[in-house]
Amino acid sequence: MPVSPQDVEKVALLARLTISETDLAEVTERFGRVLQLVDELNTIDTDGVIPMSNPHDMEQRLRPDAVTRTNNRSDLMASAPAQEQGYFLVPKVID
Amino acid sequence: MADTQLLTSSVCQLRQLLRDRSVSSVELTQAFLNQIEQVNPKLNAVVTVCHDEALEEARLADSQLASAEAKTLTGVPLLHKDIFCTRGIRTTCGSRMLENFIPAYDATVVAKLKAEGVVAMGKCNMDEFAMGSSNETSYFGTVKNPWNLDCVPGGSSGGSAAALAAGMAPLVTGTDTGGSIRQPASLCGITGLKPTYGRVSRLGIIAFASSLDQAGPMARTAEDCALALTAMAGIDPGDSTSADLAVPDFHAALCSDVEGLRIGLPKQYFNEDLNPSVRERVMTALSELEKAGAVLIDIDLPHSHYAIATYYVIAPAEASANLARYDGVRFGYRCDNPQDLEDLYLRSRSEGFGEEVQRRILVGTYALSAGFYDAYFNKAQQVRRVITQDFSRAFEQVDVIAGPSAPGVAFPFGAKQQDPVSMYMEDIYTLAVNLAGLPGLSVPAGLIDGMPVGLQLIGKAFDEQTILNAAYRLQLDTDWHLATPDLAGMAS
Repeated sequence: MPVSPQDVEKVALLARLTISETDLAEVTERFGRVLQLVDELNTIDTDGVIPMSNPHDMEQRLRPDAVTRTNNRSDLMASAPAQEQGYFLVPKVID
Repeated sequence: MADTQLLTSSVCQLRQLLRDRSVSSVELTQAFLNQIEQVNPKLNAVVTVCHDEALEEARLADSQLASAEAKTLTGVPLLHKDIFCTRGIRTTCGSRMLENFIPAYDATVVAKLKAEGVVAMGKCNMDEFAMGSSNETSYFGTVKNPWNLDCVPGGSSGGSAAALAAGMAPLVTGTDTGGSIRQPASLCGITGLKPTYGRVSRLGIIAFASSLDQAGPMARTAEDCALALTAMAGIDPGDSTSADLAVPDFHAALCSDVEGLRIGLPKQYFNEDLNPSVRERVMTALSELEKAGAVLIDIDLPHSHYAIATYYVIAPAEASANLARYDGVRFGYRCDNPQDLEDLYLRSRSEGFGEEVQRRILVGTYALSAGFYDAYFNKAQQVRRVITQDFSRAFEQVDVIAGPSAPGVAFPFGAKQQDPVSMYMEDIYTLAVNLAGLPGLSVPAGLIDGMPVGLQLIGKAFDEQTILNAAYRLQLDTDWHLATPDLAGMAS
């Protein structure tokens, strides 16, 4: 189905992406081409077919809730773009 | 031994040289590091070189070789695709988003190969977040095909394929979500194996589409792939989708007898859309197997046509969920001076992700959004089952399914960049294999105007052995896999 620039902007917001005014027409056009490709799915009858989310229909396996790794908090925090005293820093959320 | 000969040796040959003490791991590692230094400026296949760490690991390997403590791959140098987390070593996934990301742990594949003694020399360039078929979406620049520097190496494991073809390593790792091992292997003239979904742990592989992603080896021969797969595979408590199945010794079990092997040729792969030169190469390779006793049988995969549409709903949908984690807070790129939290999310993601990644996130978000979930995501999952059932029925008649790995040879830079759909068509013969979770292998089948072509062999679930055997036999009877690009010219 055809998509408008407004549709694309709405999806972009859901995905937390911004599209500049200058790019919007081209993004919409290319997005539309991909949707046109996938719209082909509507031409196949799948009545009663169970959706497949794992190629072997495997069930999620559970494991014992045991400690397997030592604490490496400082290694993990080392990749944070902004931190203070072992906490992630974000812009002020509450006034 | 002349360096070029060493640089183009198989892992099995190098293993023997290491064990005979004809060459040390330090000498070998140094030779490959030199090749990287000489050739990589032209190809851009490697994004991070771990020079000192590699030589240190090589020294350790040499002491193990001297004291007969050697494991399967002790002392063999390798390069990892930059999608595998490597502890303490930058892991970019080809993205600005992860330009400075240093993982706190090794991917299971990395740890398992390390335990078998490999010497890790660095990380290979790739399409951003493994989304691409030409390596043109990498934030770190395009990779050039060593067979023709004006052409793409394929993708997304294009850096890995180009590095191997150019003699920078005898073994590389790759991942394959829709063809990302097999298509670049085809375009660079090497052997690449995508194992069955679940055969190899996904822990520590930066996620793209979790129900499709699978890691595998890329090497000069099927024999090397068998050796490497044995080292990489196995159940992992850290990946609940890894298969709880014993891992055979694929290398020890290699068998060149293909007498009576039934090879299915899907009429949908060999229809009028197939490039005649590719058909000629693929059929020549198959006739070699036929001469060795295999039987070629025409088969039907009636829903093949729908693989591309199905894939381009499921993969982006899973990607949009997986890539939601990049929020500029805990790791990864963060925009300058965010005004508020919303601004932080929006700008970090829009500045950190490239165009193709953003397009797939948009498509995936759309397919999962209220009102469209049933029409797109649910529908695609239903068609996925229909496509998988096609394969199950075909495998009642045959042991292996064969076809081309890619629609053509490597194409010039920019040729398919303007139209995302034309790029997606590069994977038309590989996508369905990921949807059905089957193993697939690309093996060199000769050249067209000096550029490599791959034959794809698809196996039953968890039957990598049979496709490895067929490829092994092909490589005993032919020499297409021994062809290399002009390495001397490249180094000058």
